[in-house]
Amino acid sequence: MNEQVKPVDAAAAEPVRSIGEYVPMVDGPEKVSGAAKYTADFVEGEALEAAILRSPYAHAEVLEVDTSEAEAMPGVRAVVTGADCDKTFGVLPIARGEYPLARDRVRYKGEPVAAVAADDIHTAKAAVKKIRMKVKELPAYFRCKDAYAEGAVDLHEHRPGNLERDVFFELGDVDDAFAGSDLVMERSFHAAEVCQAQMEMHSALVSYDPLRDRLTCQCSTQVPYYVHLMLAKVTGMDQGRIRVIKPHVGGGFGARTETLQPELIAALLARKIGGAVRLLTTREETFITHRGRPETDLRLKIGMTKDGRITGVELENDQRGGAHSSYGIVTILYAGSLLYAIYDLQNVRYIGRRVLTNTPPCGAFRGHGTVNTRFVFESLLDEMAEELGLDPIAVRRRNYIEAPAFTQNDLMINSYGLPECVDWVEQASGWKEKRAKGLPDPGPGKKKGIGFACSHYISGASKPVNWTGEPHATVNLKLDWDGAITVLTGAAEIGQGSSTLVAQITADVLGLPIDRIRVIAADSEVTPKDNGSYSSRVTFYVGNATLEAAVNLRKILVEAAARKLEANPEDIEVLGEYYRAGSQDTGIPFQEVVMEALRDTGTITTKGIYNTIPESWGGKKYRGAAIGGTMGFSYAAQAVEVTVDETTGEVTVDDVWVAHDCGKALNRLTVEGQVEGSVWMGMGQALSEETGYYNGLNLANNLLDYRIPTIQDSPPIHTHIVESNDPHGPYGAKEAGEGSLSGFIPAVANAIHDATGIRFPDTPITPDKVFLALEKAARFGAKKRAA
Amino acid sequence: MAKRIVSFTLNGRAHDGVVPDNTLLLDYLREGLGLTGTKTGCDGGECGACTVLVDGRAQLSCLTLVGQVAGTSVETVESLAHNGRLSDVQEGFHMKLGAQCGACTPGFVMATEALLRRNPAPDDDDIREALGSNICRCTGYIKILDAVHHAAARRRGEEPAPYPPLPEKAA
Repeated sequence: MNEQVKPVDAAAAEPVRSIGEYVPMVDGPEKVSGAAKYTADFVEGEALEAAILRSPYAHAEVLEVDTSEAEAMPGVRAVVTGADCDKTFGVLPIARGEYPLARDRVRYKGEPVAAVAADDIHTAKAAVKKIRMKVKELPAYFRCKDAYAEGAVDLHEHRPGNLERDVFFELGDVDDAFAGSDLVMERSFHAAEVCQAQMEMHSALVSYDPLRDRLTCQCSTQVPYYVHLMLAKVTGMDQGRIRVIKPHVGGGFGARTETLQPELIAALLARKIGGAVRLLTTREETFITHRGRPETDLRLKIGMTKDGRITGVELENDQRGGAHSSYGIVTILYAGSLLYAIYDLQNVRYIGRRVLTNTPPCGAFRGHGTVNTRFVFESLLDEMAEELGLDPIAVRRRNYIEAPAFTQNDLMINSYGLPECVDWVEQASGWKEKRAKGLPDPGPGKKKGIGFACSHYISGASKPVNWTGEPHATVNLKLDWDGAITVLTGAAEIGQGSSTLVAQITADVLGLPIDRIRVIAADSEVTPKDNGSYSSRVTFYVGNATLEAAVNLRKILVEAAARKLEANPEDIEVLGEYYRAGSQDTGIPFQEVVMEALRDTGTITTKGIYNTIPESWGGKKYRGAAIGGTMGFSYAAQAVEVTVDETTGEVTVDDVWVAHDCGKALNRLTVEGQVEGSVWMGMGQALSEETGYYNGLNLANNLLDYRIPTIQDSPPIHTHIVESNDPHGPYGAKEAGEGSLSGFIPAVANAIHDATGIRFPDTPITPDKVFLALEKAARFGAKKRAA
Repeated sequence: MAKRIVSFTLNGRAHDGVVPDNTLLLDYLREGLGLTGTKTGCDGGECGACTVLVDGRAQLSCLTLVGQVAGTSVETVESLAHNGRLSDVQEGFHMKLGAQCGACTPGFVMATEALLRRNPAPDDDDIREALGSNICRCTGYIKILDAVHHAAARRRGEEPAPYPPLPEKAA
């Protein structure tokens, strides 16, 4: 990057703008050249290598963990077990029940039991095999109904009946609404458990300096601050003695929106040896501890008038949460609260059960809580439209919200670009013609179909997980004598482009080229605290904080220019590399303005903060009603065209048209990338991805058995950006990275129905399920629903 | 484990390494030589993140023993940029957002490099075939196709496709 101040001709000077354009990422060159360092890439130094002993039991009392043989091995420097740490961790303050290393009990196959730090990884792994566990096995539950059945052993004493959270709410009068409906339909669905499978496997590098009693942790996380909190909690150290640095991170998708065991275990080992420990997990370990989206059984009932108006909704769902709390309470609440805010609903009953089972803990996966709900809702809308002889798109249109609005459950909506999304998709996909005349014949043994669905998502949870009274986001800018501007932000760049975003906003406000701005992100010793990269909060919250910090800096520079030019501040024109007092003024270059600004004060630091407004905090109509509250909702619509091969049951996605309302695309390149990635990830869940357990052991624990679509399987995606200009978003922007995911699943299911006449209520819709349903239909006559 | 001296060309320079016989090329590059541009993304042969070139052909370094590359020319992602300038493939992945989180990117870059050396004008199907064993979890592969086309145009001495027109400037 060119950091030089270029000489500028005052007459030719003009502010540089990049907001709304295609802007490559500021850290792109490092990533494409191999220079970017991820946690596992810090190989220099004297760090010991660590390995974890994981429970081979799904549910057992731990009677003894004998590490004597392992400890006696040459090259082994430290062994830790549950006995080394009696502090629990967890992301939600109300659900912190997990130990870094299991103590009294193991609750899933893969739960960490002990760990070894040794001179090299081979020794560490060999030593792990020498650790002996003595246990008393307990009954294990791999399905929700088994776990909450009468007489089942509780996984956790404080969660009787293995219910992590039982949610019930009813707003309006649902039975009355159903009674007054022209059509009421009720259907059951099932969604398989899916994993983030982010490309970088979990890793941590932790060093402890006993001389100064300081701990430094680098790890693959989306939430360095939460890691910081939990490191302090489990080590018992003063949080001021801990430093957390987030290096490059190879994707997250929610898997790392909470502290995970690798960083905590590495910290325990580092404390024990008084040195540095590197803990790299394998792909298998990343899968068997996945924190993905729970397997969900759903029952949905919708009432509708004959012209397509939704009268009432009842959703019941069980989420198989796994062995520990994680985000479970939030997930089960989102699944209900975000029935709202996409269509105008007035009578809603929701029953949700988050169940503890002897499988790996599920967490927050992209589209957190909304995905399976949206799958079933949009699938049933399609079926009801068919039954009523209505166009599926017309049914969506019949139920639009008029923004600004508050939903029945008190969620705030200020901008609502859904109609524009729907219109574009309808037109671009050729929907009307394709539905009226049918799609071109794909040849013998094949059938084509097109399906449609809508979706939405929050732009940041409006209340933070830890309610401390601090602002939601804080950003500092530093300007010094050299004219260099540095953004200091805690925002965790995980590949989504947060560092580019803050550089772009800062540059735009000052009218400077983006390569003038340097970004230092997510190092607790240097940067202000940030809650992290989750719930699509960064563009909205950190973006607004950056905007405020940059405006504050611009004000200082304008005042300095006014002093220097003996003019009024309001007359100063900011031309990026030049400041002048009106068009007849010869003006002064940026560097002179900087030196005037620093006169008598020295280095300038400005700050920007962002806080959500109370109106966005959700309501109090039911327990947990605050979940779903956000400053702004994104909206998306998509049409998916498929070919179904009747001889193999294989579904090929031929084309996707997606429109996403992100408020304002600050960077069209990264918004497109996020939308395409979301749609495509939805395709994985819809058609091929699922974990697969045998007695509680996930056998789909590698990237071959866990079937992520390859470039060969992946369709073209036509992306259209809708800009509804949210009144509170930075430049009007809202979220772009999650909202398009959930819509793909029902859209493709609806397309498969259009092709075959059969409804598939069970994801993933794999070739075996399609083949079987087609066979049954052929043998026993038209069957409209696959079992 | 027996050790032996393995001689090969690494990123254009002669290299003699003393390695145990069971050492994987991936681990040797990363842990032995500090060439961490080559990434580990799986437990072996699943994802393509560790792709390097051996005598110009894309190969998974996680399934290759160091002894197997004796006498060959090995190229890693670190070799592509010259004098601080990104190679055409790297530029394509940067400019067209073929890289989001970047963890799969070195593997895609090297597989693309191998493709363009044998086919400077690939169509979408050629690219899908050449990159079919590399997994990316971020992009949905749309922008990876754009990135490869960008790189191929550069290599042919043509101007890569510009970004689409901005809405207000569109007709």
